[in-house]
Amino acid sequence: MKAAASIPVLAMPKVRPGRIIAWTLLFIGGIIMVTPLLFMLSTSLKDASQVYDLRVIPEAPTLDNYIEILGDGRFTRWLINSTIVAVIVTLSNVFFDSLVGYTLAKFRFRGRYIVFIAILSTLMIPTEMLVLPWYLMASQFGWLDSYWGIMFPGMMTAFGTFLMKQFFEGVPDDFLEAARIDGLNEFTIWWKIAMPLVTPALSALAIFTFLGNWTAFFWPLIVTTSAELYTLPVGLSSFAVEQSIQWEKIMTGASIATLPTLIIFLFLQRYIVRGVMLAGLKG
Amino acid sequence: MSTITHREAAGGGLWSRMSLGQKQVIWAWGFLAVPILFYVVIRFWPTFQAFYLSVTDWTITKPASFVGLENYKRLLEDPLFWQVFRNTFLYLILGTPISLLISFVVAYYLDRVRFMHSFIRALYFLPFLTTAAAMAWVWRWFYQPVPIGVINDILSSFGIPQQPFLRSTSQALPAVLAPAVWAGLGFQIIIFLAGLRAIPVTYYEAARIDGLSEGAILRKITLPLLKPTLVFLVVFSSIGFLRIFDQVYNINTNDPGGPLNSTKPLVLMIYQTAFSSYEMGYAAAQTVVLFMILLVISLVQLRLMRDR
Repeated sequence: MKAAASIPVLAMPKVRPGRIIAWTLLFIGGIIMVTPLLFMLSTSLKDASQVYDLRVIPEAPTLDNYIEILGDGRFTRWLINSTIVAVIVTLSNVFFDSLVGYTLAKFRFRGRYIVFIAILSTLMIPTEMLVLPWYLMASQFGWLDSYWGIMFPGMMTAFGTFLMKQFFEGVPDDFLEAARIDGLNEFTIWWKIAMPLVTPALSALAIFTFLGNWTAFFWPLIVTTSAELYTLPVGLSSFAVEQSIQWEKIMTGASIATLPTLIIFLFLQRYIVRGVMLAGLKG
Repeated sequence: MSTITHREAAGGGLWSRMSLGQKQVIWAWGFLAVPILFYVVIRFWPTFQAFYLSVTDWTITKPASFVGLENYKRLLEDPLFWQVFRNTFLYLILGTPISLLISFVVAYYLDRVRFMHSFIRALYFLPFLTTAAAMAWVWRWFYQPVPIGVINDILSSFGIPQQPFLRSTSQALPAVLAPAVWAGLGFQIIIFLAGLRAIPVTYYEAARIDGLSEGAILRKITLPLLKPTLVFLVVFSSIGFLRIFDQVYNINTNDPGGPLNSTKPLVLMIYQTAFSSYEMGYAAAQTVVLFMILLVISLVQLRLMRDR
């Protein structure tokens, strides 16, 4: 941050034309980046007769597509499913990944290093390799086609544990010792003293876990078979197949799947960008 | 929480006689108990099972029996596998350099821009927050012929002939790759920006005093100091392109994998072998191959990081 603040001091003296050209090109590139999103939203606001009119601003915008699609009940159900799954998995990761990360960072005990290496080694194993055994496990235990079936593989992650361990290592031991002398038990020390000190890391973890589960497609596609349990991406995919060429309906469905994360971003931009930087640098 | 109350109730006398160090050990294993159970049951056991399944002829209907390396032999003789192998590497070899080059150029200039900095950054970042399965449908719509397809519409307004895109064996793979690159740029730009900011300004000041040109500063200071960021992004995006699935599956649902399997990546082949043909043992062998490829890439990363 310090570095960023002092660059303008060097750059200020004259505004070179190169800068203006660079800015303009960056801006045009940015507009191109959001063009697919603009077209998606604009088409969702058109009726079937206007779909062939490719202007971005609809001539007669209408919410009929949204009313029809949300009114049919399936999308509402999928929205609820996705929200339940993403929220529970996120809470579980925030709790367990930081508990394990804290234990590995702040406790001294035999076996600590082995546990850490064992958890870290699971990063090497791609989800795709575990999917068949998970499927077998889910069918044996009757977890197919259930919320738990969708959620169980992601309840804890090695990535989150590693990230939290890195941050808990930065928490001074004196803080924890002081709490111990005050007679607090270890769980309370972790929850009440250590956790509030790593909130930037926690929010980074929460953002990544939520986004990952909100957009997840592969495992939910495999584990769910009835439409009532589809998550939003799986539901949208089946809905789009059935709509065949009614693009305004498909774009409305795609908008419903995409808008929640975009709206969250508009409110939390600062935290999300910082979270991505933190996770990328430490992770 | 229940373990805590239980422990305090049962071992009151014993607990109070323990040293602080002993108590700490018990707390630590208490904290780790549920996570260890999770990692053993949901990560380690399935890993061994995947290797085991890959040497069986397990299908949904028939119980698994040992067949040795039969599945691997079959895979190496399967022309579809080699087609898929080629496609998967094309995603990697095209996707990684293209996306890293674009994101580096954008980040390099965006880092110097102050005017509307966070707004422009947000424009590039937004696609990263989209659902790949949803955006595949948007791009699928873009690629349609006129009058519905946006891209062909723009091309025809310049007098350029219609392009088949997803219907062509040569254009389909780049057409599927484009949304994957597009969606990943925002993340890479943010990471590059973080890497650029981490370079101390004094280095630049010293270089300017020494009269180095902007190009020389880029080559001699920025890029070498950016190496850890670069290695991280190369590996991260390589793994992403090798595991591509959501876009490919959704952009061509009536014929997943494109015309003559020209867009089919390994993960889609795994999915179809397991859940369309129900040849679970054969699919497991394919997942092991994917694991091997990813392992090699991770080891190369470790090597590169150590050379630093």
